[in-house]
Amino acid sequence: MAKTVVLERKPLSFSERTYLPQIATGLKTTFSNMFKPKVTLQYPEEKPVIPNNYRGVPTLVKDPNGREKCVSCQLCEFVCPPKAIRITPGSVPEDQDDREHVEKAPQEFEINMLRCIYCGYCQEVCPEEAIFLQDEYSSSGFTREEMINNKEKLYELGGTIPDRHYKWDKKKEAETDGNTH
Amino acid sequence: MMEWMPQGLWFEVCLKVFFAFMMVGAVMTMAGYSVLAERKVSAWMQGRVGPNRTVLPFVEYIPIFGPLLKKLGMFQPLADGLKFLFKEEIVPGHVNKFYYYLAPLIALVPALTTMTVLPFGQMYWNDGTVSTLALADLEVGILFVFAVSSLGVYGIALAGWSSNSKYSFLGGIRSSAQMISYELAMGLSLLPVFLWVCAPGSSESGLSLSAIANSQSGGAWLFLVQPLSALIFLIALFAETNRLPFDMPESETDLVGGFHTEYGSFKFGIFFVAEYAHIVIGSAIFTVIFLGGWHFLPFIEDPWPANWIGSLLGVGWFLAKTIFLIFFFIWVRWTLPRFRYDQVMHLGWSKLLPLALVNLIVYLLIVTVIDQNAAANL
Amino acid sequence: MIAPDNKEMVNITLNGIEVEVPNGINAVEAAALHGKEVPHYCYHPKLSVAGNCRMCLVEMGTPMRDRASGEPILDEDGTPKIGWVPKPVIGCATNITPGMHLRTESDLVNECREGIMEFLLVNHPLDCPICDQAGECRLQEFATDYGRGYSRYVERKNVKPKRTRLGPRVTLDDERCILCSRCIRFSQEVAKDDVLGFVDRGSFSTLTCFPGKELANNYSLNTVDICPVGALTSTDFRFKMRVWFLKESKSVCTESSAGCNTLVSSREGTIQRITPRRNDQVNDTWMTDSGRELYKLVKAKSRIRRPSFQGSDLPLDDAISQAFEALKNKKIGVVASCHSSLEEQFLIKRLVEETGAKVFIRGHFGEDDGILLSADRTPNLRGALVAGLTNHYPSDHLNDLNESLADGHVEALLVIGEDLKDSGVNEDNLRKVPLVFLGTHQNSTSDCAEVVLPGLTVFEKSGSLINRSFFLQSFDQAIPCPAGLMTDFKILARLIDLFSEDSIAPSELDQIWEALSSSENSVLKGITFLKIKKGAIQLDESKWEHLSFVEKEALHYLPTGVIAS
Ligand code: SF4
Ligand code: SF4
Ligand code: SF4
Ligand code: SF4
Ligand code: FES
Repeated sequence: MAKTVVLERKPLSFSERTYLPQIATGLKTTFSNMFKPKVTLQYPEEKPVIPNNYRGVPTLVKDPNGREKCVSCQLCEFVCPPKAIRITPGSVPEDQDDREHVEKAPQEFEINMLRCIYCGYCQEVCPEEAIFLQDEYSSSGFTREEMINNKEKLYELGGTIPDRHYKWDKKKEAETDGNTH
Repeated sequence: MMEWMPQGLWFEVCLKVFFAFMMVGAVMTMAGYSVLAERKVSAWMQGRVGPNRTVLPFVEYIPIFGPLLKKLGMFQPLADGLKFLFKEEIVPGHVNKFYYYLAPLIALVPALTTMTVLPFGQMYWNDGTVSTLALADLEVGILFVFAVSSLGVYGIALAGWSSNSKYSFLGGIRSSAQMISYELAMGLSLLPVFLWVCAPGSSESGLSLSAIANSQSGGAWLFLVQPLSALIFLIALFAETNRLPFDMPESETDLVGGFHTEYGSFKFGIFFVAEYAHIVIGSAIFTVIFLGGWHFLPFIEDPWPANWIGSLLGVGWFLAKTIFLIFFFIWVRWTLPRFRYDQVMHLGWSKLLPLALVNLIVYLLIVTVIDQNAAANL
Repeated sequence: MIAPDNKEMVNITLNGIEVEVPNGINAVEAAALHGKEVPHYCYHPKLSVAGNCRMCLVEMGTPMRDRASGEPILDEDGTPKIGWVPKPVIGCATNITPGMHLRTESDLVNECREGIMEFLLVNHPLDCPICDQAGECRLQEFATDYGRGYSRYVERKNVKPKRTRLGPRVTLDDERCILCSRCIRFSQEVAKDDVLGFVDRGSFSTLTCFPGKELANNYSLNTVDICPVGALTSTDFRFKMRVWFLKESKSVCTESSAGCNTLVSSREGTIQRITPRRNDQVNDTWMTDSGRELYKLVKAKSRIRRPSFQGSDLPLDDAISQAFEALKNKKIGVVASCHSSLEEQFLIKRLVEETGAKVFIRGHFGEDDGILLSADRTPNLRGALVAGLTNHYPSDHLNDLNESLADGHVEALLVIGEDLKDSGVNEDNLRKVPLVFLGTHQNSTSDCAEVVLPGLTVFEKSGSLINRSFFLQSFDQAIPCPAGLMTDFKILARLIDLFSEDSIAPSELDQIWEALSSSENSVLKGITFLKIKKGAIQLDESKWEHLSFVEKEALHYLPTGVIAS
């Protein structure tokens, strides 16, 4: 058993009991602080450095071939705690050469930034590594509608992220290599 | 003494009104800039820069001077005032409308009234006479100040009550309790000062503020003579102006905003300005009583000439002292945390009050002894 | 359909515990009866057993007996010695015999399941994110429950066609097929339209339609339901919505008097699909493709969304008053409907009694397919009989109404949903009288009605219907009704209240059922709506045995009366 030591509190001296010396020390501290360098960033002109694991505005990304990665599985829509995401699924026509195996992609993809709480669940749940909370942190608008990021905006914000996710490429290879029926 | 001026009652009145407006203007401006000072000083003490963006359209382009003013936030009070003016006027449905509107005025008026008796300098006339610069240099100046400034609490209590909200109500109650507690100590702490100033045989009344100020000319400032009185008075002043560490009526952390929780826009603005007006006046009075008013330094005769330049320098010196005190108010606010309500009461009743009594008795004895000696020497 | 219908119970030992099960059912069902899941793919309770997926492997044994004496052989501790079959057997094809021993949770069984899962997943695509089955996929479920959790397969997977059109309503994704053959057996055994089969061998086996044929029968979407994976997909529902968003409400198909039990899946007030709900006495686990399309009526263009009076919109309350104005102090004719729910028909009867109106009712008939699309194309003709709206079997026209209108016996009309012109009523006759129309969709009658009261579709209201076998079945509200509207029986109740001075018509389901079940010699005696919600109730049909119902013999239905010519 841990030993409990009860420390005697030293009785306060007279000057300590008036608190005045302590107040004086405090005043000295605050006063000296007035001349220390300031840490404020002048925001719109100076911007902070965003760390790599920052969770900013959720965005949709494309793969290095410029194809959209999201397959509108709607898992992010399901997991999103404040129901900020709204997806209208759609199918990819067969004749799109570079995406012939993908089949499904969002017709519309909306994230309501008035609802989003930046929890990052969508990024975590996405099976296609298509949605990322990146370094964009400032989102503002004059109307509620402006605060809803649509698919186009989301891809514009997201850009391309080099990925290790080559599912569709592998499928294509397998097909050309003769594993076809 | 005003022979060179046109005579007539109406003229006197007009002149007084004109001076009154000047004075109000000066005090309100100072109150406005104390708000800025508060923001700036707190920012500096916390490693921030404070307001540094507001600027009038063309001033910005004046080289050096323009950017400096902007950096110092010199136009911020203007913007703040405009903001208060143009904010949406919201009156909660549950308030007692009449008193709700009355309260901010009651808070502001006493603050402005006290300044009528505030002496802020001396005028050296060409004929060699000297008169005090004040709207009304009352014989009982300090009593008037006490009487009127404690009316300010009515505004706060009324605001708390008429808002019909528990936070406001608690704020109002605390405020009145605090005022009463510290009023006593404050008054008692000043009695020795009067005793001291009313030297036996002196013709001047010791209750006149200008007399108190002048008594310190060339001699010791009163805070050197009576440090304990000065300390008690200062602490009570903090309490009376509701400044941290005694901001019981507001205490954002436990009462949301205290008495002004339900107030917004310009009504809140008036409370805000009243609070700072109190500080300005309080600092000025402390300067007059304990810091030698417009007189130069302790034990040094005023170095300025006895003409209008001297008058101006005196007023300037007075202002400098007052501004330093305002800074001190701000400085203390950003240094000390708030007392608990019971601690405030405890300090007021069982520490400051007995201390002030003891202080009074001690000086009573001292003054008696000195008086006896003086009488014997006569 | 191997489970025989006998109720003889026998004792078996399931995982070491003695339990009672009906004799002759298979091990999968027996285990399920006692809360033990035996995973299976190819076995379907309503289809023949094929035994080709091997997922249902269990251990089976019987007490050993001495060959010579027939005496049970005992262990050292005196318990009978069990002769376990050395290899696991498939549960779906193992029928229960008295005294049988089963193990569904042994190490061997678990190992077998893991192995089968691994084989099934060897060529299975990583499609779950885009697969419509995800969320209700047996492969997903069993992979998590019984699979090994990771893949050892590093070779390339097979690539097969992903969007083969099998028929107008069914699309096949070959890669996902696990070759369970449920769809093939369904087509042969239930739909009696043998069009599906496997071609090629090994991992290249592929489901396909026979040359020149396609999966176009009216039951084709049932293959999508029974496909344990996402291989067969409904072209209508494909990629529309993930199933975990769907709210499922119990309903009944109103396509015909078969009264298939259904689940209506909706999200945020929009119906996404309709699937069958198992009811072994009515529709097993099937329903027609055409019945699944009915949800489209909710958003149809011709839907009546607003009450109107002489062509201009007005609030529902005012419209009801206008309807009363149009009908009062006249000889009223009421055209009731076999599409209405029993509760609505009851209130129409009440209205008729209150106003002394004359009732006209017609039936709608079509081809009987002998399965689940019956010749009577209304869901509740028997309801009209039970509610007492008519004593005769309705014919498919309203000629008598035409006559009544012509000779002035009817001076005002309340029509529930029917299209009168289509029913043989002369338009000139129709124009003579004020007409109040209560229905869901526009037709020639609503077009010439003075007052139009919007009705609700079966998905927007609750109620009950009586099917061809006199099963009383309830349906639940699946989606909210359009803003400002009321369920039909409430409108009727209000109308009755306007007509009657001294009574208030029941306007809640419970009140209606109180009234319905209280009459002495009604077949509905003692029934409450809650009871119907708990399960279909078979009504006594002897009262109407003499009527010549048009339905032919079909799944779970034998005609009682004379078959109409
Ligand atoms: S972003 Fe990812 S999780 Fe969301 S729908 Fe697209 S693929 Fe699915
Ligand atoms: S970050 Fe969280 S709240 Fe925002 S969209 Fe993603 S899941 Fe929703
Ligand atoms: S069939 Fe099942 S396991 Fe296969 S892709 Fe679809 S959901 Fe996933
Ligand atoms: S398509 Fe589905 S039901 Fe048909 S064999 Fe393949 S997995 Fe079985
Ligand atoms: S379910 Fe028994 S073998 Fe498929």
